[in-house]
Amino acid sequence: MQKRRKLGRGVAIVGAGMSKFAMFKDKDSKDLFAEAYREMLASVDKGVDPADIDALYLGNFSNDYFAHQSHWGPIISDIIGHAPKPATRTEGACASSALALREGVFAIASGFYDMVLVGGVEDMSKRTTEEVAEGLALATVPYEGRVGFTFPGVFGAVATAYFAKYGASREHLMNVTIKSHNNAPLNPKAQFPLSIRDMMNAKMESMKKKGMPSPEWKDEKAFLSDPKANPTVAWPMHLFDCCPISDGASCALLVAEEIARNFTDDPIHVVGIGQGSGRGFHASADMTYFEATRYAAQEAYGLSGLTPQDVQFSEVHDCFSIAEILHIEDLGFFKPGEGYKAVAEGATRLDGPKPINTSGGLKCKGHPVGATGTSQIYEVWTQLRGKAGKRQIPIKDLRIGGAHNLGGTGGTCTFTILERR
Amino acid sequence: MEQRPFSDTSYNQFLNEEKLMGSRCKGCGARYVPPRPICVQCHKSEMEWVEMKGNGTLAAFTCITVAPTFMVAQGYNRKNPYYSGVVDLDEGGRVDARIEGLDPAHPESVKVGMPMKVRFLHREGVEPKETYLAFEPA
Ligand SMILES: [Zn+2]
Repeated sequence: MQKRRKLGRGVAIVGAGMSKFAMFKDKDSKDLFAEAYREMLASVDKGVDPADIDALYLGNFSNDYFAHQSHWGPIISDIIGHAPKPATRTEGACASSALALREGVFAIASGFYDMVLVGGVEDMSKRTTEEVAEGLALATVPYEGRVGFTFPGVFGAVATAYFAKYGASREHLMNVTIKSHNNAPLNPKAQFPLSIRDMMNAKMESMKKKGMPSPEWKDEKAFLSDPKANPTVAWPMHLFDCCPISDGASCALLVAEEIARNFTDDPIHVVGIGQGSGRGFHASADMTYFEATRYAAQEAYGLSGLTPQDVQFSEVHDCFSIAEILHIEDLGFFKPGEGYKAVAEGATRLDGPKPINTSGGLKCKGHPVGATGTSQIYEVWTQLRGKAGKRQIPIKDLRIGGAHNLGGTGGTCTFTILERR
Repeated sequence: MEQRPFSDTSYNQFLNEEKLMGSRCKGCGARYVPPRPICVQCHKSEMEWVEMKGNGTLAAFTCITVAPTFMVAQGYNRKNPYYSGVVDLDEGGRVDARIEGLDPAHPESVKVGMPMKVRFLHREGVEPKETYLAFEPA
């Protein structure tokens, strides 16, 4: 049983920004963070003086490996004109910037700072696919990496355990992929803003143009079942079950609640934050859930006094299709073993009762790992303020949203709950 | 009995000797494979070595076509995929392992729950010696 926790004082988000997510040959982490930072500044309704920012917390997993440069806190601090004020890097694999957010919240709640910039960055695409896979595998549990498990491999194994326990199949994973790809075209920041149907049609069209025999897929699932269109990566994970390699940056501006209205009449309050640690397969009682997510969720619900039913929509860490199903169960949105059925029934669609990953998720929006956590915050913040444009959730009185971030193979999990008052 | 420290180094040395070893807490009897130096049940540090028989069942698996470079160096790739998996040991506890003896062309026919037995894969041509824990259908 967890202790009931509370913050020393409330914290609100008054600005947020993110770069476009994609593979950029000609942009590095500084360029991408500057892009996110400028959008954040412009998003503060009543304006902000950058000189008032007390500190920077920056999530970055492994630019050391990916871009052969370490120590990104002060580098990013310098590019935005923040030095010599303090900059601290947080690392929790793919949950690195959710940890930055958490540290920023604590720093303000303690009374030490009044205004903190939190964000994340990752520059992955200058490496080959094999090298990136190996770099990510640095964040598996050592026993897993040693016997050849890759990231997709770990989640592939999770999928086989889930299938065996609950009777789900590959087809249920496809529902997740199709749903995410339907949201992505509505997000101008997304790396793959195309629905599966659009991609199928484009492929058939181009084959016809070249005078080649074109496969006639009858629907999206036929396309995803075709090993030529959707090859295996780590059974049962196929290409379209996996998030891409991405570069990108994101950030959010946190202030003490008592001064939030100086910056906007529409601040978004951080009401729940939770974090948990996981231990890997060898120590897990059951491979069909993430212990660390359940712990983080309990902490966030406890702090906010809210329940899973109160959270109207959420971004969750869909690094792989199967992961989204586990998370929506671990966060309490659906019962264990029922998540895949809920997705099949359309419950998690943009127009469903519990929209999940309206941004397109990691799968389509992209996953520059260190930037993902605060990019999820950016999406929830945007939705809560009613500024998500074509992908705005059509729920009246949208008030409470969640963001779930997972690092490694479940080693670090966070859950954040934001509220519009 | 064995005086080796309850570490990954010892665990790997035992694998080189074709033994699957774990640690047992003298305080509460909890058993850990790979070995742990500190009991996560009762938080005591008095451990003893126990040897596993090497029988179990397949709890989860994957067949990997996009391999990391150290596996590529051993000849694995899209055309020659390999299996990694998780095995529940008969004595309790679960281990990560390479899975041998399964058809890489037909992962869909592999069944979670199938009985497995241990096999030790000695990596060729490397110094110091390296052995992968592996299992194959019993
Ligand atoms: Zn004990």
